[in-house]
This record gives sequence, C-alpha cells and structure tokens, in this order.
Amino acid sequence: MRVPLSWLAEYVDLPGDANPDSVMAQLVKIGLEEEGSHSFDVTGPVVVGQVLEFTPEEQKNGKTIRWCQVRVAAEGTKAADGGDDVRGIVCGASNFEVGDKVVVCLPGAVLPGDFQITPRSTYGHISDGMMASARELNLSDDHAGIIRLGELGLDPKVGVDALELLCLTEEAAEVNVTPDRGYCFSIRGIAREYSHATGADFRDPIGNVHPEAGHGITLKVNDSAPIRGQVGTSRFVLRTVKGVDPKRPTPPWMVARLKMAGMRSISLIVDITNYVMLELGQPIHAYDLDKITGGLEVRRAKVGETLKTLDGQERKLHPEDLVIADDAGAIGLAGVMGGEATEVSESTVNVLIEAAHFEAISIARTARRHRLPSEASKRYERGVDTAIAAHAAARVVQLLEVQALGTADSLGAEHHTHTEALPIWLPAEFATELVGVDYTKDEIVTVLNQIGCVIASVDGGFEVIAPSWRPDLTHKTDLVEEIARISGYDRIPSRLPIAPPGRGLTPDQKRRRAVINSLAGAGHVEVLTYPFVSASQNAWFAQESSQATVKLANALQGDANEMRVSILPGLVDAAKRNLSRGLTDLAIFEEGLVFLPSAGAKNLKELPAGNERPTEAQLNQLQQTVPQQPHRVAGVFTGNRVSQQVGVAAIEADYQDAIHAARLVTHAVGLQLVVRQASPVGFHPGRSAELLVATSAGEISIGFAGELDPNLTVENDLPRRVAAFEIDLSQLFAIAPNVIQAGSVLTMPAATQDLSLVVPVDVPAGDVLVVIREGAGELLEHVSLTDDYRGANVQPGHKSLTFALRFRAEDRTLTQAEASVARDQAVALAGEKFGATLRA
Amino acid sequence: MSAENPITQEAVDSAVAESLALINAATDLASLKAARGVAVGEQSQIAQLNAQLRNLPNELKAAAGALIGQARGSVNAAFAQKETEFAAAEEQAKLAAESVDVTAAAEPARIGARHPLSLLQDTIADVFVGMGWEIAEGPEIENEWFNFDALNFDADHPARAMQDTFFVEPVDSHLVLRTHTSPVQVRSMLERDLPLYVLCPGRVFRTDELDATHTPVFHQVEGLAVDKGLTMADLRGTLEHFARIMFGPDAQIRLRPSFFPFTEPSAELDVWHPGAKGGARWVEWGGCGMVNPNVLKAAGIDPEVYSGFAFGMGIERTLMFRNDVRDMHDMVESDVRFSEQFGVSI
Repeated sequence: MRVPLSWLAEYVDLPGDANPDSVMAQLVKIGLEEEGSHSFDVTGPVVVGQVLEFTPEEQKNGKTIRWCQVRVAAEGTKAADGGDDVRGIVCGASNFEVGDKVVVCLPGAVLPGDFQITPRSTYGHISDGMMASARELNLSDDHAGIIRLGELGLDPKVGVDALELLCLTEEAAEVNVTPDRGYCFSIRGIAREYSHATGADFRDPIGNVHPEAGHGITLKVNDSAPIRGQVGTSRFVLRTVKGVDPKRPTPPWMVARLKMAGMRSISLIVDITNYVMLELGQPIHAYDLDKITGGLEVRRAKVGETLKTLDGQERKLHPEDLVIADDAGAIGLAGVMGGEATEVSESTVNVLIEAAHFEAISIARTARRHRLPSEASKRYERGVDTAIAAHAAARVVQLLEVQALGTADSLGAEHHTHTEALPIWLPAEFATELVGVDYTKDEIVTVLNQIGCVIASVDGGFEVIAPSWRPDLTHKTDLVEEIARISGYDRIPSRLPIAPPGRGLTPDQKRRRAVINSLAGAGHVEVLTYPFVSASQNAWFAQESSQATVKLANALQGDANEMRVSILPGLVDAAKRNLSRGLTDLAIFEEGLVFLPSAGAKNLKELPAGNERPTEAQLNQLQQTVPQQPHRVAGVFTGNRVSQQVGVAAIEADYQDAIHAARLVTHAVGLQLVVRQASPVGFHPGRSAELLVATSAGEISIGFAGELDPNLTVENDLPRRVAAFEIDLSQLFAIAPNVIQAGSVLTMPAATQDLSLVVPVDVPAGDVLVVIREGAGELLEHVSLTDDYRGANVQPGHKSLTFALRFRAEDRTLTQAEASVARDQAVALAGEKFGATLRA
Repeated sequence: MSAENPITQEAVDSAVAESLALINAATDLASLKAARGVAVGEQSQIAQLNAQLRNLPNELKAAAGALIGQARGSVNAAFAQKETEFAAAEEQAKLAAESVDVTAAAEPARIGARHPLSLLQDTIADVFVGMGWEIAEGPEIENEWFNFDALNFDADHPARAMQDTFFVEPVDSHLVLRTHTSPVQVRSMLERDLPLYVLCPGRVFRTDELDATHTPVFHQVEGLAVDKGLTMADLRGTLEHFARIMFGPDAQIRLRPSFFPFTEPSAELDVWHPGAKGGARWVEWGGCGMVNPNVLKAAGIDPEVYSGFAFGMGIERTLMFRNDVRDMHDMVESDVRFSEQFGVSI
C-alpha cells in the first residue's frame, strides 16, 4: 500500500517535518513492513508559462519543430531562475496554440531520471528551457504533446510554481500489508494505525459523509450456491448521480495522489471510484446507468454463461463465480472486474454506483480462476469493512457532484443482511499468560478501545466485539496480539525455558553425520544439487524399470519436471559444471533424499479438517499417500585421484575410488562392505560392483559402485572414465549396530605366511578371500590380497593370487607349524570350492 | 728365573702409545673397529705385557696389574671417544643425504570439504541439542494436510495457489514439495509426547527462479516448543540465546509484529549482528510467534492447557550474512571451490 502523505495528513496529525521515511518508521513499529518511498522526482524551477508566439521550422530530418517565445514571469520581473521574463524555447510538440498556458522547466530544473535542464543549442537556436509533457513530469504515460493547463481546467498566473500547482510535491510511503490486515489497504486504515503507533489524533474519513438510501431499482440477491454456507454478498448499495460532465478533467491533486498511490489517472468517473477505494478500502464499481437493462441481480453464473470483461476478454464463467446481472445477463464479475457492455465512457452522463460487501473466499476463487488479481479482489480477499458500503457510495456521490458537476438522484437500492457480531471472551489474565507481560486491566481496555473494539467488563474478563473492519479478530489470541502489538513487543521480557532432558541426536542422525564427515575427512567434497531431473535422467540409473517417478505439475523448467530417483544425475551435472570451469580432478558427494513412489499408492480425494486431530485411520491414510523418500549418499569421481607432482606420478581415479568410498561409508556405521561383480544400469558392465553388507540374515544389497557407462559420460561432455557410487543409507542404517561389540586385541606374537593360489581367471578374488578366511579358521587374524599374476608359469585361463596371512593365538606363541596347518586347511577348502591349487 | 720385572712404567707407556697411534690413525667407524682389533689384539704390546703378568712374583703382581689396567682403560676411553665422533659424523652425513625440499611436498591424497549449508545446519542443531531439544525430520514431498491444513492455512489461502508451491501431478493427489519445514512440527506434535522441544532443519521448495537472492530449493530451520505456561518471553529468551551463540555475545534480537497463519501473536525477527561485514547492524533473520490454537488442535493438543512458540529462519540467508556469502548461485552450483573454502568448519 502506497500512502501519499498529504492524504494521510487529512485523517491523522503528522508532524510538520514528516517524510516517507519517518512515517514508515512509525508504521513498522506496529507491524507494517517498510517497502520504500516514492516521489515525482522533479525539482524546480518549474513554472507556469504562456506561449506568446511560435514559428514552425521544418528540419532536414523531416521533423517540424516550433521556435517559441514563452512568457515565464510577469512582464518586467525576473523569472524563477533569475533570468528574463520571456524565453526562446524549441519545442517538438505541436498540440498547442498561442496564448496557451503551459508548464515550463527552466534551466536548473531536474526531471525524473536526473534529466537536468540547461540552455542548450538545438536546431539553430538556444533553447532556454523546456515545455513539459505529462510523462516528462512523471504524471502519466502521456507524451503525445505538452501539458496545456487549460485542458486541466486551470488558468493560473504566469510565473507561478507549477510543481505546487500540479501537486508534484506529493510524496508517498509504501508499506507491505500482511494478509490479516485488509483494512490497511486504505488511507483510513493506515491513518488509524499511524495513530496507534504515535498517539496522534485519528479522524475517521467516514465522518465527512452522510449515507442516504436510494430506491427504485429492482435488486435481487439470489445465491443458489453459497460457498461454505456463506451467501456471496451481505451488503449491496446502489446510488445514482445524474447529469455528470464526462469531459471534466480530474483535478491535479487527485491525479497526483492517485499517481503516488500507484494508480494511473483514466477518466474523472473512474478516478473517483479508485480514489474512494484507496481512501476507504471499499471497492467501488461505476456503471453507465443508461446501458443497464431493467433491474439488477446478484447471483452465481449460469452454466455456459459468458461475460466480456473491461479488459476486452470474453470469459467463460464458472457456476461458482458470483456475478452482477441485469435483465439482459451478467454485467460484472462481482468484486473482481466489471463488464465492458455497461462500463462508463466519455459519453456517460448518468452514473450508477455500486458499493458492496462480497465474501472473501468467493472473490478469491473467482480472481484465481480467471487469473484476474485486481485492486478490488485484493481487498475483498483480505476482508473489507462490512459496514462501510453506504458511506463509500455517499463519498463517491459527493465527489461526482463536486468534481463532475452531477446531481445526486434518489434512484438506487440497498440490500443488507444483518448479522449480530458475536462477542469474544477474553479472560483477564490471558494476555499476560500468553505474552509474559503484566498488562493491567486498564491497558487492555485502552488498547482494545483504540483499535475500535466494543468491550464489556464482566467478572473475570472481557466480552469484546471486534470492529466491522477487523474480520481477522475471531479468537482471544487475536485480541492478545493486538494488545501486545499496540503496547509494543519491546516490552516482552526474556526468559530461557528449560526443556526436559533430551536424548541427543538419534542414532540415524549420528550415522548420517558420521558418513558425511567420514567422506569429507577422506578427501571428498560435499555438494548439494537440486532434486529436479528430466525423465531421461531418471532412467539413467533406474535399477528397476518399473520404478514409478514423482512428476511435478508446475516445474520451473519444463524438462526437469521429475523428482530424482537417484542422486547421481545431479552429481553428473555438478561434475559437468566443475569441468567446464577447469576443475578436472573431482571427488564430490551428496547426501539427501530420493523419491520413490509405489506404483499403486492411493490418493485421498478429501483431506481431513484442519482444526482437529485426524483419527488414527485418517493419519494412516495420509501417511500412505506420501511417497517413500529414503536417504542416500552418492559420489562421483573424475580426473586424477593423485595428480602429477614432484616425485609422484599421476594416478587416474577409477572404480577403486568408488568402492573405497563405499567402504568408508559402511565402516562409518560399523559394518563391513562386501563387493560383488555386477553390471548395474548406467554403469560400465565390466568395471562395476554391487555393494552389500553381511548380516546374520545373509547379505543385504545396499547400492552400487564402479565406473559409469562411457556412453553416458561422453554424452554428458565428461571424460570417458567417471567413477561413481550410490548407497541407500536408510537400508544401511537399519542394519547398522546400535552398539559395536569389541573383540579382544590379542597380544601374543603373530606368525605370518604368504600363500599363492592358482585359480581360473573368472573366479573373483573376493570370493577366494572369503573362502581362505573360512578355511583357515579362528587362528587367522588378517588376510589381504597382495598380487594377481597371469603369465609365464601359470597355466592359460588361470591366475595366481597371492595373499598375505597373519595368524595369532590368544594364549600362546604360535609355531610356524601350527600356522601351516591352518593355511593348508584354507588351501584345501579353496581347492574344493574353486579347484584352486598351490602355485608351484 | 730372572728377577727383572718387564712391566715397567716405560714399557706400559710405550704399549699405550702404540695402541693410541693405531686408534688415532683410523678414519671412520669401520677402520676404527679394525684398528681396535690390532691395538688391543694378541700381538699388541699391551697384550704381550699382560701375558707376562702371570710370571711375576706374587708380591709384584698387584702393582703391575694396576699399571696394565690403567693402560687398557686409557686405550678403551680413546676408542670410545673416537667411536662417538665417527658415529656422529656418519649420522650427520646420512641426514644431509636424506634432506628434501619440504615446500615441494606432494599431496598423497585429496583434501575433502563439507558444504557450508549442511555444516551450518549441524552447528544450529548442536546449539539446541545442548539445550535438551531434539532434532526432528520429515519427508520433502508432503501431503497438503501436513503442509497447509494442519497449519491453519485455509483451503483458499493464497499460498496454496500455484504461484508459490510445487504441486505433484495429479494435483488432486494433494501432494506438494513442502514449502516450509513446518509440516515436521505437525508430525512432531502428532507423534511425540508433551512437553515437546524440537528443532526441524531441512530442505524446502518454492517456485522462485534462481537469482542472486532466491533459489527454488533452499533450507530452513524451525523450532517448536509446546509446554504448559510458555509465553512470548520464553520465545525471546530462546532466540536471544541462539543469536548469541551464532553471532557472538553482543548479538541482540528484536521482534516486530507480523502475520503467519500458524502463529498468533506473530513477529518478524531481526538480529543485531555485531560482526556484520561493513559494521554492526540489524538484519532480518526470520519469523516467529506463539503457536496458533488451531494448529495445536490439529494435533489434538488442548490449547487451554498447553501453549507453544515457534520460530523459523532460512539457512541460506543466515549463511549469507553470517559468512558474507554474496550470491545464492555459489550455494547451489556445486562448484567445489565454494565448499573447499570451509573445509569442515564454519
């Protein structure tokens, strides 16, 4: 809401030195947000001039300019800039005559956009000033010609200050109005709030008008489909003014105030309706009375009914739209926009004024349905004063009489459904209990009176009736907010509440931190990517082709309209961006949710009510509509694991980085990783693994690691070799131990042995390792693979795997003989399982 | 048998001189060891004198033995001294040979880093865990009931219109990308016992295009306390404590009246940031208020018995003014250089 200060000052006392900033500072205190200040941004000298003579001069460029002599001060006196009383001015416009009074910007004046006026040489003359158009003064978009003051109904003396004359000294403060304070979309409401903030006297503008009821127009209110049981209108006032002069200009003060309030001057009648809306917060519609057929009806639109609205659009109406209709059909979308057929025009002489109260939800739905947010609908949606319609209509009548020279007519109508305002019970101590400030009874009564409530003190508290402009006040807590707000939030003391003893982070929260910190600690860089991907990106790593996806109805980018089923596509994009910035050696990871709807999920058409706890059955149903969203961690590797350095050769990142990262993840939560050769979707078929962990119930798959499918990486402008992993943390954490049980650390001397086994090449080393562990039994403390040899002395189709074994007993020094027995058992089992033989 | 005693002072001196000459002629540890073999070996004068000791009359044996003992002592001492000298010199030479240019040290492994938004969430969580609060989490795709209805957003509330909220297809599935972390508050109230003190950090979504100060995907942290007798004073006290931990002991907070559907009274929260780049100043930080009775009712909590307060702030915004991050793009583009500035602390 933009508030012109001179307008505000009519209804509340402002200090003499008030400016937009000082006014905003006061309004912020009571809950309006500062948005900024506005002015015409013009400084003088800008004066009234009179064209004495001009000579049209055709220029080489085909343009004709006028070389004018313009009087800018009374004869023989100095002009406002100290210069001569008559100036030579070059003017490009041709809409004026000799004798016209015009607006002259003299040298020294500054126009919007820091446009400085100086004498300048142009078209062979020295132009000693400028005659201004309305656009050049920020008044309107009109740049067809210069301002002729006579057209505005003005005949001022030559030389007077044109800024004062046109009210271009007006300034406005702009504040943001929260949705609960619809009444602040008016000068009346802001003046009241300013009074609350400063204690300055408030003068209600409706005190200046005297509503009268018109009669003689047939008016029916016939709401066949009230929304949530509320009839669309509770008050509908029609008044008539006849014989207006449609050619009358809008007075400069009104133009200036409208402009500073953010509205364009259109025509006197329309300007007056807008002016009253801004002043009182009551939207007004003006019809050309002579275009109305018969009586008026407020009703819901009929099926198939259409209406051409003021903006020239033919609109198909919805049976829920509230319309105003005459005997010929709909003539307006109630509270949203009028119809073109009955709008006021330059030839309108008899005006029918409508001021009504419409239900907020009905208007909100219509405005949204037709994408027609308007100044009127904005106010109705937030609640208009239910008692102000007749006053607002009277104010329009008053202005049409004074400014448009019309005559108020008794023709009109009024519909009013009276509803008794229900008192709100406010226990005396409630404000103190909720805010923590010891408010006295007097304070409470004073504040509530101030905001317009009617209060009855009853035993133990107050019965409070909210004012007609505060539909937001329905509950005792609403009243408490008013008490706290008006008396100042700075009075609220500070007290630190003591929470009951907490349990700290949950085990899964700790595990998530452990995983992230473990990866970061081991050289991986955490990134966060958007979860929006395209359908084809979601297909890249869809391990199950039947996996359903969540699609967005209103994605920002049309192609990225699905929610990720894997974190990897986002990381591929992230890698791509880093590479494009010259960062080639990457080890990046992300922890986050993926979105896995189950194909047959049931939607709930009707949601439970919002103001009571749903039943357990309803809560279960609600929960079942929500897709599965497990936590995952994923990583991507490109370039070198170790870069070329002094004494160090570069090592390219590959599948081993991905598997090692996965090992870090399982290790971080106390589980051992098992790696199995696999060809997951989106990965290199020969350089990738399924990741598992062993549990008492067998091995459980937790994800994948390896190198990405080179087709996919090359397609994404990445190097051919990109390694990646992805692990389902939700699944991993479900099997992670809550408490890790320690084994004893044995301290007797160890015996070490090496073992080389020859096996067929297709036997995975990892499987051999598992069998060695099993075969060697309890004495084996540690085993690691140290070599994979193929070639001379190993038969074709076979490989020699060398393992380092460390044996230890709990209670004695092992002899090599004992260790050898254990080793031989391992060899025997490997022979049984894989046909392994000891290498000769 | 000759009565002459061959173990005279002169003979011993001569033997010692011979041995010392051998030891002194050594040039390194190896030649010293060889020299020692000769200097005290069987052929040495000392050894030969010593061999004659048994031929002496008993009354002379003690004095002669002492002479030889001294001789051996001085030879051994000389040897030990030499040995120490040579060992030190050799160690010196070895160290010199092993020297490297440490400023050219290679990085044998990568250095990792965390994203500051995730670090900041952990930091904030720790503040509240320290006060006994617990950390609650929930899904990012939510049913509208949790995101709106239960939070006193009427079915016709403007926030439920298309312009702010990402809707899941089909729209009548009533699924949205949560627009705030408040649905986690609702879930907490439904699932947990009272009194309740929870902090809800997480990722949220609004249909804003990415620019220097907006992103459609961002992070929030919200706090909720429901207990008997809570007032706005408890809210202020909690926020003050939080602000001082985040921005230093001189931080202050300021509440300004505002409006949110789920709180009444409601307030905007400003923080006095003493360490702000360009000088201490008030910064808009978040919103807060007392939990609206309708919200308590949606969770089956009697508002006549319990009251609650809630607050929320943007993690991105906090990071921007706390750590002087100027552009939202840096936080969402996954450029590793951005995370690397922070390492694993913030």
